[in-house]
Amino acid sequence: MNTESLGTIFLNAALVNNFVLAYFLGICPFLGVSGAVKTASKMGVAVMFVMVISSMCAFGIHAFLAAINAPYLQLISYIVVIASTVQLVEMFIKKMSPSLFRSLGIFLPLITTNCAILGVALFQTNKGYGFLESIVYALGAGAGFTLALLLIAGLREQLNFADVPQISKGTALTLFIAGILSLCFMGFAGLGAQ
Amino acid sequence: MSKDTTASGPAATTTDEFIKGLWRENPVFVQVLGMCPVLAVSNTAENALAMGLATAFVLLMSNILVSLLRDFIPKQVRIASYILIIATFVTVTDYAIQAISVELYKSLGAFISLIVVNCLILSRAEAFASKNTVGKSILDALGMGIGFTFALFCLGAVREILGNGTLFDWALFPEGFQNWIVMILPAGGFFTLAAWLLIINVIQTRKIKS
Repeated sequence: MNTESLGTIFLNAALVNNFVLAYFLGICPFLGVSGAVKTASKMGVAVMFVMVISSMCAFGIHAFLAAINAPYLQLISYIVVIASTVQLVEMFIKKMSPSLFRSLGIFLPLITTNCAILGVALFQTNKGYGFLESIVYALGAGAGFTLALLLIAGLREQLNFADVPQISKGTALTLFIAGILSLCFMGFAGLGAQ
Repeated sequence: MSKDTTASGPAATTTDEFIKGLWRENPVFVQVLGMCPVLAVSNTAENALAMGLATAFVLLMSNILVSLLRDFIPKQVRIASYILIIATFVTVTDYAIQAISVELYKSLGAFISLIVVNCLILSRAEAFASKNTVGKSILDALGMGIGFTFALFCLGAVREILGNGTLFDWALFPEGFQNWIVMILPAGGFFTLAAWLLIINVIQTRKIKS
């Protein structure tokens, strides 16, 4: 067990070790759905929701697997839980808001293969977090992911009006912005204990 | 700009299945798939190479199995089945690396487990192995795997040379070389990949013009 307070865990996951900009987790949706702020914010919320649910499940699964002494099943069971949660969210969104469902498109089922979600589950297990700490960690990671997604979406919306060289349009330009954002986030390093 | 010609049918020859992954449809530079490990573990050439080989192995094995089972897996549950197959081989790789070199295992960390969610592997299973024979799938996996490893190595080498002044731990520069610390940090990963993409873009536009 560790002595980190819940606030520190949250700050650490959201800012200091931001999942997208410091750990490079969840880059695919980060590059794919960051074209418009509106879509990005909804994607962020969906990811955060899946993260919290799967983090709770992962905590239970880890305890269970430790009890029956079968740690090699960890990865397989985590991914199954995440896939089913995503399926649930997908059905929910389809029912509640068909337009949102269309705008998220292929990236909704792809939340399953969002490394950030599996990353949260794996890191919390490695760090030995308790139940409450796990939830806070997942919330922080989700908030950090949403923040990074919103920032880059806002920048890209502005860049649509900028005159950039033809060859740098698209992914290359997004990656440059991401690099600069990542530099900015390094400034948070003093906030929390590593 | 990513053109998927995998379903181009009889026109694609057998050798072409292998070669396309190396350059024309390079998973990293052209398709921009599987970015997370590409950026995260490419801070040294050695890590990048190890990660590339591990991914290539999982890709090869899962492509073989998916291709063998393609007539038995019902359409509705195919994605779930693919993920289970991939997760199995990743677990095998995870334990194998731990047995071979604890040091390497520590420096790659959780990213070995995260091969499961590498979009590249799932996309090859879905787009290629589920529709083609075992032989073709093996060639496809080898080509894509080598292309992926090559791209990772390109990134890792640049970042290690500039950020550390070394390549595979051999010093390259004379004393007094100021290391570009930023290249080892996360931001460096973004910048290096962006620079490689720019170079590839220039080459491609030249080709189209001529």
